[in-house]
Amino acid sequence: MSDFVLRVNPILCDAHGLCAELLPERIELDEWGYPIIDDTPMPRALEAHARRAVAACPVLALRLERRVAARR
Amino acid sequence: MSAVETVAAPPVAPRLLGGLRQDGRPVGVAAHLERYGPLPLELRSEELRERIAAAGLTGRGGAGFPTATKLESVRGGRTRPVVVANGTEGEPPSGKDKVLLAYSPHLVIDGAVLAARAVGAKQVVIATSSTVNAAVEAALRERRLERGIRVRAVVVPDRFVAGEETALVQFLNGGPALPTFTPPRPYERGVGGAPTLVLNVETLAQLALIARFGAAWFRAAGTPDEPGTALVTVSGAVREPGVYEIELGSSFAGLLEQAGADRQAQAYLVGGYFGTWLTAAEGARAALSNASLGRFGAALGARAIIVLPADACGVVETARIAAYLSEQSAGQCGPCVHGLAAIVDSLEQLVQAKKRTADVPLLQRRLGQIAGRGACRHPDGAAVLVASALRVFAGEVDRHVHGRRCTGNGRPALAIR
Repeated sequence: MSDFVLRVNPILCDAHGLCAELLPERIELDEWGYPIIDDTPMPRALEAHARRAVAACPVLALRLERRVAARR
Repeated sequence: MSAVETVAAPPVAPRLLGGLRQDGRPVGVAAHLERYGPLPLELRSEELRERIAAAGLTGRGGAGFPTATKLESVRGGRTRPVVVANGTEGEPPSGKDKVLLAYSPHLVIDGAVLAARAVGAKQVVIATSSTVNAAVEAALRERRLERGIRVRAVVVPDRFVAGEETALVQFLNGGPALPTFTPPRPYERGVGGAPTLVLNVETLAQLALIARFGAAWFRAAGTPDEPGTALVTVSGAVREPGVYEIELGSSFAGLLEQAGADRQAQAYLVGGYFGTWLTAAEGARAALSNASLGRFGAALGARAIIVLPADACGVVETARIAAYLSEQSAGQCGPCVHGLAAIVDSLEQLVQAKKRTADVPLLQRRLGQIAGRGACRHPDGAAVLVASALRVFAGEVDRHVHGRRCTGNGRPALAIR
């Protein structure tokens, strides 16, 4: 497992759907085209693909965040 | 000073509502001090925090977070924290915060000043709604500046999501009263960029009494795990709808009796519009604590309770509440905007099932898909409500699916919004 998790900013997200195409292992789309993200820690093997999906988001809604200890 | 120090601690319950006037006017500063005694400004900041921690006070706004932990979270930074008293109460079936601000504003202001003392804040904002702001402003004019702590009241727009703490902070910073993406949470960066302690106004009123009368006094009411009293708003099929002060852990049936609830009531919505339906039988066994309600999948939440009369249809009422919640979405997040609209659509198909177009599995799937996918918990709360209705009103759902006449004969019963 890597130290990263995927997260989407739902306010920015406009359902372009590129992320699900680039990273189907972790992202599927709901019936309205918005991403449902597997937010469990990412396997290392997928990290490069995840970075590509993050870079491809036209509204910069997708992020790869370092895992943090339980937030308040 | 010495005369007021002999003030007797309020009884086990009511504590917050016991001293209200009978004429509907707010308690003035003199009567307030006569009842509760002076503000214990001599307490040092750590003494205050210790007292609150020992009392086990938890947030009375809905999430029930330990107040002492919240106090700690804004301390220790380089920037002086700001305190926000959240009295927006955008939840239509809830009236407790308005009651406190309108009738006992000094108790809330006391709590806000003491919370500021506890975390070293010099700036306090009381976030109010349009109906009660004048009472708060009038109360503030009766008071002097206490230890250099500036307190001001701000009216927040009257909409459901405006009281969500990131929405409140964004509004106080000059933006729209809509939730923001987190982090940062308000305790990290809030009003004016400062660490911001957002506490519900009832939490602050309780805090004001803990500071005066101590943790042991506070714990004389409630249960060891959920100490103290709490304000709840009861509406629906009751003779005396209104705000009641209950002991946490006391019987739900006792409250219903006190409010004159319809004895034939078929179900109760507990926790407000994001709450959970309980059957009449579950309600009869439940106590007013999260420990007890949790056994039925419910929680005190926003502390609003709606009694469903025997001749109403729980599915129809839930569809109406869901429609309200969908309309009150901030409109920022796709899964909330589209998800809630779709859930409402599913419910409407169900309640007008003459054409037998209802698709309950699709509704279930939609309910499972929207939790955790908005910037705030609005979609999550709506999904909890609808999922509980499908469980509690399963028979009614079945009647609708098969195009049979439902208990309410399709007619609305509750005052929604």
